[in-house]
Amino acid sequence: MSTATTSTQSDTAKALAKAGPAADYLDRRTGIGKVVREFARKVFPDHWSFMLGEVALYSFIVLVLSGFFLTMYFVPSMGHITYPEDQLPVTMQGVGMSEAFASTLRLSFEVRGGLLMRQIHHWAALLFVAAIVAHMLRVFFTGAFRKPRELNWLIGFTLLILALLAGFSGYSLPDDVLSGNGLRIADGVARSIPIIGSYASLALFGGEFPGTDIVPRLFTVHILLVPALIVALVTVHLILVVVHKHTQYPGPGRTEKNVVGYPVLPVYAAKAGGFFFVVFGFLALLGGLVSINPVWIHGPYDPTPVGAGAQPDWYMLFLEGGLRLMPGWPEFVIGGFTLSLNILIPGVVIPGLLFTTLAIWPFLEAAVTKDRGEHHVLDRPRNAPVRTAAGVSVITAFMVLNVAGANDLVATHFELSLNGITWFLRIMFFVAPVFAFWITKRICLSLQRRDRELALHGHETGRIVRMPSGQYLEVHQPLTDEERWVLVAHEADRMLEIEPPEDENGVRRPGYSADKQRLRLSRFFYEDRVEPVTPAELAAEMAAHGVHGDSEQPAIEEPGGLRDTFARAEEEPAGVTAGRDARNNPPSS
Amino acid sequence: MSTNRPSEELTSTAGAHASDVPERFVDPGLEPHPVRLADRSPEGAKRVERQVVGVLLISILASIGGIVGFFLIPVGTTLMDVRLSTLVLGLGLGLGMLGIGVAAVHWAKALMENAERVEKRKPVLSSPEVREEAVEQLTTGIEESGIARRPVLKGALVGAAALAPLPFVVPLVGGLSETWDVNKFRHTAWGDVPDGTGGRLPDGTMGRRLATDPEGRPIRAADVTIGSAFAVIPHGLPDEENYLEEKAKAVVFMTRIDPNELTVSPERRDWSYDGIIAYSKVCTHVGCPVALYEQQTHHLLCPCHQSTFDLANEAAVVFGPAKRALPQLPITVDTEGYLVARSDFHEPVGPSFWERER
Repeated sequence: MSTATTSTQSDTAKALAKAGPAADYLDRRTGIGKVVREFARKVFPDHWSFMLGEVALYSFIVLVLSGFFLTMYFVPSMGHITYPEDQLPVTMQGVGMSEAFASTLRLSFEVRGGLLMRQIHHWAALLFVAAIVAHMLRVFFTGAFRKPRELNWLIGFTLLILALLAGFSGYSLPDDVLSGNGLRIADGVARSIPIIGSYASLALFGGEFPGTDIVPRLFTVHILLVPALIVALVTVHLILVVVHKHTQYPGPGRTEKNVVGYPVLPVYAAKAGGFFFVVFGFLALLGGLVSINPVWIHGPYDPTPVGAGAQPDWYMLFLEGGLRLMPGWPEFVIGGFTLSLNILIPGVVIPGLLFTTLAIWPFLEAAVTKDRGEHHVLDRPRNAPVRTAAGVSVITAFMVLNVAGANDLVATHFELSLNGITWFLRIMFFVAPVFAFWITKRICLSLQRRDRELALHGHETGRIVRMPSGQYLEVHQPLTDEERWVLVAHEADRMLEIEPPEDENGVRRPGYSADKQRLRLSRFFYEDRVEPVTPAELAAEMAAHGVHGDSEQPAIEEPGGLRDTFARAEEEPAGVTAGRDARNNPPSS
Repeated sequence: MSTNRPSEELTSTAGAHASDVPERFVDPGLEPHPVRLADRSPEGAKRVERQVVGVLLISILASIGGIVGFFLIPVGTTLMDVRLSTLVLGLGLGLGMLGIGVAAVHWAKALMENAERVEKRKPVLSSPEVREEAVEQLTTGIEESGIARRPVLKGALVGAAALAPLPFVVPLVGGLSETWDVNKFRHTAWGDVPDGTGGRLPDGTMGRRLATDPEGRPIRAADVTIGSAFAVIPHGLPDEENYLEEKAKAVVFMTRIDPNELTVSPERRDWSYDGIIAYSKVCTHVGCPVALYEQQTHHLLCPCHQSTFDLANEAAVVFGPAKRALPQLPITVDTEGYLVARSDFHEPVGPSFWERER
């Protein structure tokens, strides 16, 4: 053993000596030593949910790599050609199509690895947007957007919009029937915009739909404009993560002033770096094993055919659902001009509202709480009931729209009336979010009460003992200090208190009505709340029925005496012992 | 206005103990670091090492397998080859990458020294001295430029900066479309009758013949049986310029319904021929092709957003997000028995737009 250690040490020394001249060369020209010293052992907290942003970043890298492969063969032109008779697939031979579609077929069937790369690219795009959304939800529900991270939330939000733009522009490039109809719908939505709609449509397509400009234009947007912006914003996003240092979940030893976790070298680098290969490998397996968007089944774009049961990629489904749910009557002609609210509301207003709310939420919450402090320790979602409920409520509305976007599939799979489903979902769009808000808030408050219960009474052990008096009691095992800390560490948010409308002289105070509005919002947020357990409450609870066996309460706290009487030491898990030791010797901090 | 995070007036229910217990719980500090199997026994560590090496070996083999597959499996001959090539390359690349990832993560979790470390956070904001210095530098810079003392210069600079981008933006936006004529939306190919695409009506005028899509074969009225469904384009359209743009507007759905079942308004009496009716196939909602026809109910359904039109009742909307009925193409037969259009549509086809009713 000792010889092994010595040889490892000398190996390290040798390696360093070898790398020395190179490191010296670099440091003299770039000063890289300072950077290495700063970052090599930087601490990152560890939690599975911190991986979601990584998934987004890594799928973006996979997108860039596979996308580069695709650009080697894709021809972004809507010039008309006839597909050669000697190229696969047989069904497309001799069919007239655009060069974009023909090159998509060629790179799928004639280029080795082409189909694999196309499928990896498409799967990665779906995962990219999904990971961004999941990451955003994590940040939302844990309150990680609070000061000082509001600006980074906005950057992340912009990245989501860019990801959607990248997805839509890429989806439309092959110029197949499905994507062509997607563009047709985009054209219809553009035309519904008041005053400039017709011109927006003409500008988009370089004339009348479909024209010959849209594919080359989207190509430039897809491979240059949007990715460049994404790279730039991701860079700023990550720089700010370093500046702020990562947030951490509440736990023993985790405070607003420190960060607890693993150093970049070696653990975090191995885990996060290794995770890139996991994501890449997963996407490559998906691309190799699961077919996606086989455009040759539907054929090149043609204005006549369209398939039933056609769905867009998942992130566009809610828009499609909104268009399907909206009844047709709100189209009006005012002064000779046509206002198509039946398209404008689901196509522009609802996504606009959704995204605006998302973007301004941190500022809204800060205004309500008047909270000016920095937050680096995350909220457990249950401890912010109204925020959590609002998030779940928006997700519910989003899910209703998603189901609506697939209402024809629901109808055919479950043999239900399409019109019935549509009417049901129209009502659900208004009812379900309200119900979801209410029930989520109730669940959060109940979970907080359960936390109180647990902090006060400890774990149920299932062990029933008979007292000398003949009374049966269940033994409760108290929490360790570390376990309890997670449940009691947070501050319960309180309602704002505002000054009275008039001063002592009866003069009306300026700014009172604004304060009143804020108070109303604050009441909505924080009127219902559950306070965390205090030491005094715990002490009182123990005094009430812990040590005295004659309590009427069916539960027993175990502050020592009873435990020693009934506990069987060999059954105790190691963690409990460790915890008890810690309690007996509280840390000096 | 007070903050919402007070700490002084928390509930105190304790009674006798209240005086000697703190207001809030005290952070117990980091939990003890759990000891792993590999930390305790050299054999355990050795086993983890073997596992990591094993997974890396799988990765190496998979990568080699992928490269071999690339050279051995041809593509472009049969569909089976394409599938096999995709599968082998995908497995090679996927397992090759996944192996590295799994090995690294396992190594990090089970073998690497993993004691948690604590790092102090520094405040995000700059120190007061730095701020002061920054403000001073900005002030000096602005003063040295003299912009505050020279309002005319400032105005001129703002004006120039506001105007300079325009010679870039105006051509960019202005050139996006080859035409800004919204009236193009109102005209379809049914209104034109180029040579050889029309038939002579009994009254001597010419009308564009209806042809099947995509073959472009003119249709005789006698060939349209009750309940049959036709996708129809103007005869000779595929040979024209802007074929797709014109087709996207001119495409028509045609069927024949027993004339007794049709509700026809007086001004449209001669728009159909013996129960043969033709309606624009472009949905009045957002423009998808209205493609699903149900013979029994005479309902025509748009598969995109399920707007449903009743063909027996002049294509009125019976369900879904569309507001307006599908525009009807007035048709009749020419002297040779072929179906022809009497005229263009009498209203713009497809989705609504701002100037539609003007």
